[in-house]
Amino acid sequence: MSWEAFGLSIKLASTTSFILLLIALPLAYWIAYSKWRWKFLVEAVVALPIVLPPTVLGFYLLIAMGTRSFFGRIYQEVFGSNLVFSFEGLVIASVFYSLPFAVQPLSAAFLSVDKRLIQLSAVLGAAPLVTFIKVILPLSTRGILMALILSFAHTIGEFGVVLMVGGNIAGETRTISIDLYDQVQAMNDGAALETALFLLMLSFFFLSLVYFIDRKKGRTIAGPKI
Amino acid sequence: MTHFDRILLPSFLKFMVGLIIVACLFTSASAYGRGLDHRDNVLRIAAASNLRFSMDEIATAFEQEQGTRLEVSYGASGNLLAQIIAGAPFDLFFSADETMPKRLIEQGFGTSDHYFIYGTGRIVLWVPLGSPINLEALEMNAVLHHTINKISIANPRYAPYGLAAVSSLKHLNLFERLEEKLVIGENVSHAATFVRRGGAEIGILSYALALAVSLQNSGRYWLIPSNYHPTLNQGGLILDRSQHQFEAKSLVRFIKSGEGLSILKKYGFFEEEKVR
Repeated sequence: MSWEAFGLSIKLASTTSFILLLIALPLAYWIAYSKWRWKFLVEAVVALPIVLPPTVLGFYLLIAMGTRSFFGRIYQEVFGSNLVFSFEGLVIASVFYSLPFAVQPLSAAFLSVDKRLIQLSAVLGAAPLVTFIKVILPLSTRGILMALILSFAHTIGEFGVVLMVGGNIAGETRTISIDLYDQVQAMNDGAALETALFLLMLSFFFLSLVYFIDRKKGRTIAGPKI
Repeated sequence: MTHFDRILLPSFLKFMVGLIIVACLFTSASAYGRGLDHRDNVLRIAAASNLRFSMDEIATAFEQEQGTRLEVSYGASGNLLAQIIAGAPFDLFFSADETMPKRLIEQGFGTSDHYFIYGTGRIVLWVPLGSPINLEALEMNAVLHHTINKISIANPRYAPYGLAAVSSLKHLNLFERLEEKLVIGENVSHAATFVRRGGAEIGILSYALALAVSLQNSGRYWLIPSNYHPTLNQGGLILDRSQHQFEAKSLVRFIKSGEGLSILKKYGFFEEEKVR
């Protein structure tokens, strides 16, 4: 197994989850409490990466970040390097790819906060932001944790999008799942089996963690209880 | 509220957030550090899949002799070409044909004095060890053997070895009859994994891959006559955007020197053939 690739995946997943948390907190709050009649459209857009083939997302991102696009050229002017086939490009791709896995647990957690507490906080004169920070967030720790773990784990498991915009460059874009694909083609059976087993255990660990946190009755953040 | 909610969860949460912040700081610090050192002793290579094992050997030998490390990304030549055009940070491109490096020259990614041909490849029929197909007796007609459900080749649309495989079938007017039996690998080593794992009964692969240790130990091959398909002269190009022109040139010299040539020869590359 390649530790360089694994380290890269960890780096990518932690950067992505951190950025996603910053984006997803306000977005999830809006989704949880907005009364806008077209809100369902925004929810659908956020959930898109769950059903969209990764190649579709990857293809659009490849076009958007390439040196021929407006955005890609601006980035190249400002930072002097290419966005596509770089680690920074992978971070942007992963943020899109894992967005629903951060937003959905958060908005579910926000919604499960007792309405009366929020109303009480408002009656006592707290501004909405203060209520959010002092009432809603502390009561949503499970959801925040879940969002972090799920977006982290989902980014580790990313393959199709990375294949499209990554370019399999060692130390830069060769993540652990790409490395497995590479080892299979290099007919490196031992290393491929090792990597596959490792990824299987890791995914199992993350999901066990999610269901461990979520094991209290009536909570359905991680999905329906059977 | 349970004990878990009040005490364990908040502290665990803080720990996770802390961990992620540390990872981010580490990331940006290392990205900054990398920006400073420019990775001086590394050449990034985009190489056609049929070079997979020979280029690994060349990389080891070259690093020992000159101290420059090669980081090789393998893929179908056409995919690598598209990546280079889209801005992938490679220093050198080793294609499995002549046209793709030339297309890069046309588009201004390199100049013709940085273009080189490093060998000529061949294609083989390949079957796994337990196969009942007698390649020596049947020759190219082996693809018609009754036990064959699937024939594995590389994607002819962007992998030169896939194109050569299709040409060899067309040369004997077998393509139409067999088209629906073809399974297409993303590149030639992907096609090799199909047949090695028993997903296909026979494969049309590159000679270089058939000579690699793991395939030599697990199957048999028959060399397809070179007049069945257009010449597989393999060209390469030093890219203009490379910051390591000097190292790139010494790699090309190394490959054309005795040691480089003997590695390529070991993997079934022939000296350049004149186009028929």
